[in-house]
Amino acid sequence: MSDQGRWLYAVADRGAAEDHAWLTGVAGVAGGEVRAVRSAGLTALVSDVDLGEFGAEALRRNLEDLRWLEEVAWAHHHVIEAASRHVSLLPIRLATVYGGDASVTAALVERQREFTCALAQIRDRVEWGVKAYAAPANPVPAARASSASGTGSGSGTGMAYLKRRRDELAANQDAQRDTTAGARAVYAELAGHAAGARLHPPQSPQLRGSKAPMLLNAAYLVRRCDATSFAAAVASAANAHPELRLELTGPWPPYSFAGGDAW
Amino acid sequence: MTPARDDTRLENLPAQRVALVDLLDRVLAEGVVVTGEITLSIADVDLVTISLRALLASVSALTGDTPSGNVLPASLETP
Repeated sequence: MSDQGRWLYAVADRGAAEDHAWLTGVAGVAGGEVRAVRSAGLTALVSDVDLGEFGAEALRRNLEDLRWLEEVAWAHHHVIEAASRHVSLLPIRLATVYGGDASVTAALVERQREFTCALAQIRDRVEWGVKAYAAPANPVPAARASSASGTGSGSGTGMAYLKRRRDELAANQDAQRDTTAGARAVYAELAGHAAGARLHPPQSPQLRGSKAPMLLNAAYLVRRCDATSFAAAVASAANAHPELRLELTGPWPPYSFAGGDAW
Repeated sequence: MTPARDDTRLENLPAQRVALVDLLDRVLAEGVVVTGEITLSIADVDLVTISLRALLASVSALTGDTPSGNVLPASLETP
């Protein structure tokens, strides 16, 4: 049996998390029981993990194993999501493991001011994700080199083909510029409906299983009670930008707004 | 993803199942980074790069049988 570490999920107000009956039965990473560690007016949600699997060396190895990563990411998320239905909290980045309760307590004390300030920012707010892709119904004339070949001879046909090809490329570039500008406009418009906005890097087409280029991968911090109006703003942006296809995900716990640099 | 408590209107929104890629955007690249006496220093490890490598390496091995009904896009294949 290896030593036990403490996997950290989230930090919440001590007061808000005082009654933690809702923690009962919430299974954490590797099935660990989630519990509260309190200090400095804050509550950290932790569970014990085996350092044989979650120690530094093992983590390095295991993070490269998709099955492992997937299972752990969902477990981490499920605890944060369950807890966020009861308290406002700051999600902690995946794979933050402490040696024991004492070091978790020390971190709460050391970062108290920052945590308290960040908690005030995300209180009663949730995160919504908005992704934009170029709309598929935005056809750019396809190259039709075949129709030009074999009829006629000499440079005339070749020149015509090159001109057509050049026009197509120009049209493609225009369309691309339009969608990129559209995505930028959508990002800014929606930011006007949110308390905070963050850009994530576009997701890889390979990982998404789609070839449509992702033009926007944004996160917005929105008051919980404004969910409906934010969705309406997204719908309205979608109408105003037929060159784009928008996707709304959420509500998420405020992952993208937990760090102090998010505002 | 489950709608937030006491706001049934959320159910009318196009809330969709959380895709693993969306989740990894958040749990790996976002969230508070705390340091101190931790076993793995985040600063030493580019989690996003690691996960992308893991994902890409595993793409061909994926089946639809993933936990919690949350799955990667079924059509995941390297071009």
